[in-house]
Amino acid sequence: MAVYKRSYHGYDGPQTSEWSRFAIIPRYAYRGLFQSKIMTAFFVLCFVPPMIFLSLIYVADNFASLAQLVQANRVGSPITIDGKFFLNFLNFQAGLAFILTAFVGPSLVSSDLTNRALPLYLSRPFSRAEYVVGKMAVLIMLLSLITWVPGLILFLVHSSLMGWTWSIDNAWIAWAIFVGAVIWILIIALLALALSAWIKWRIAAGALLLAVFFVAAGFGEAINAVLDVHWGKLINLMYLLETIWRQLFRLEEGSDITAASAWIVLGLICWACLALLGRKVRAVEVVR
Amino acid sequence: MQPVVELDGLSVDLGGRRILHDLKCALSARTIGLLGPNGAGKSTLINALIGFHAPAVGTARVFGLDIRTEIRRARSMIGYMPENDAFIANMNAVSYVRLMAELSGLPADAALERAHEALFYVGLGEARYRKVGTYSLGMKQLAKLAQAIAHGPKLLILDEPTNGLDPPARQRMIRLIREMRESGGMHIILSSHLLRDVEETCEEVLILKQGKIVHYSNLEEERRANRKFIEMEVLGANGTFASAIESLGCACAATGHNRLKMILSEGIELRDLYRVAAEQNVQIRRLNYRRDSLEDIFLKAMDSDLAGAAPTARQGAANGRL
Repeated sequence: MAVYKRSYHGYDGPQTSEWSRFAIIPRYAYRGLFQSKIMTAFFVLCFVPPMIFLSLIYVADNFASLAQLVQANRVGSPITIDGKFFLNFLNFQAGLAFILTAFVGPSLVSSDLTNRALPLYLSRPFSRAEYVVGKMAVLIMLLSLITWVPGLILFLVHSSLMGWTWSIDNAWIAWAIFVGAVIWILIIALLALALSAWIKWRIAAGALLLAVFFVAAGFGEAINAVLDVHWGKLINLMYLLETIWRQLFRLEEGSDITAASAWIVLGLICWACLALLGRKVRAVEVVR
Repeated sequence: MQPVVELDGLSVDLGGRRILHDLKCALSARTIGLLGPNGAGKSTLINALIGFHAPAVGTARVFGLDIRTEIRRARSMIGYMPENDAFIANMNAVSYVRLMAELSGLPADAALERAHEALFYVGLGEARYRKVGTYSLGMKQLAKLAQAIAHGPKLLILDEPTNGLDPPARQRMIRLIREMRESGGMHIILSSHLLRDVEETCEEVLILKQGKIVHYSNLEEERRANRKFIEMEVLGANGTFASAIESLGCACAATGHNRLKMILSEGIELRDLYRVAAEQNVQIRRLNYRRDSLEDIFLKAMDSDLAGAAPTARQGAANGRL
């Protein structure tokens, strides 16, 4: 019906499948996010390190040919492409992912809570779980594009240069890149959403996200120094992730805490975030 | 006819307190008004129907769908306009209404088309590319209405739709509600403090007090009943005039000096009263249809004893008593 015919009429056309509706939220969120030039520029900047790592892989795999070109005597490449190389890549991208999350995450739920938009979402055939998954998908897709996706591309490029025998022998590296990045993404996405739901003020939520990572790490170190213990590391999220990544990338250097304890603490953090989201993401707040 | 909303012993607890108590009724009119003082449970009832609050005891059905077990299907038929400001930050009205339509299940292009239509329909056509956050209160109310109707719901729930509106904006909202009612494709539940809004738009009224139904009224039946209910001021009447009226089959009672109230029986017209008055040499100085306004009904309901209240639906017209 033409818009100028201003009479009400119902709708009896096709409907989309229910399972796919959570994806509507990220679609609209990206439209808003990429209207910001700073955000767009930073997102593009996040692809610079993968390009540098790609160049390093190319140099490492073609060192002999390149050495001949410059008539150098050295034959062995100074760059070794192994688990540690990819762990360094992941560390770098994880830092960028954290900054991106601190930029995007705090406004995801807080703006809906501030503007009382939740009753609008939840009065439709759309559950609280779908809402949370939709909001998480905004971060998950964005962060995946700068972490495990380029990581696996680097792995594939190196595999193609080294031959498929290398890739089969080192398939665990691909697995470690994927799992390591996904754990990081899930943790920071959940934390960002939970803090965004808890503190409705966007700037405060962003500051708290930084505090959870850096202040807690400092506090943990202080506990270790004062009490001469190691368990202070358990509240250092970066260290917990590092411990798990070391296990995934099969690095021998010891950690002050066990991987199992790191998994348990991360599991508890996820549970706490989900509990907070379950409490805050409601259509109406009941005042007791 | 299947009721639009059926309350089947519905009780709702919030914060450890029972807010709605054993509500039982079936509502099937095209427009249903929810009335009650602050804290009566109107918004809680609406929230329970949408599935925001789980029933503690009993249940409710929307178009026969149980809100305990089939709330998702029920929600797909509902459009909801909340009482408070509600919008998505940094979004223009078209994107806002389109997003809501898509979440209700419309494909993206159909949602875009419906968003434009809905915004034109409510009168925001010219302002549809402005951010909703920059709208005036009246415009925000209209934007909320647009998002509630964009997906073509079968039941539209309006919670205080005229809150904060100036008289022209209120008139516009009332006109829109009437138009939607008359379009035939939609039932409307209207919760309001303003009796006039309900009176102007609704066919059925449910009055709540302290979480209980204290009165159910079919306004159409009330209006029909009002046409039979007459107040008269006469001169020169004695007891024989009242007896003569009663001999026509009408109930008649003197309510003061020269004042009579009567209920006309079937087949009796006003001309019969004039004829009897002429025969009795009585002058009729004033004659009114006594209208039990919604305000009268509401005040009676508020005065009623809760313990003996909660009349069942379809008890209908409260009138017919002198």
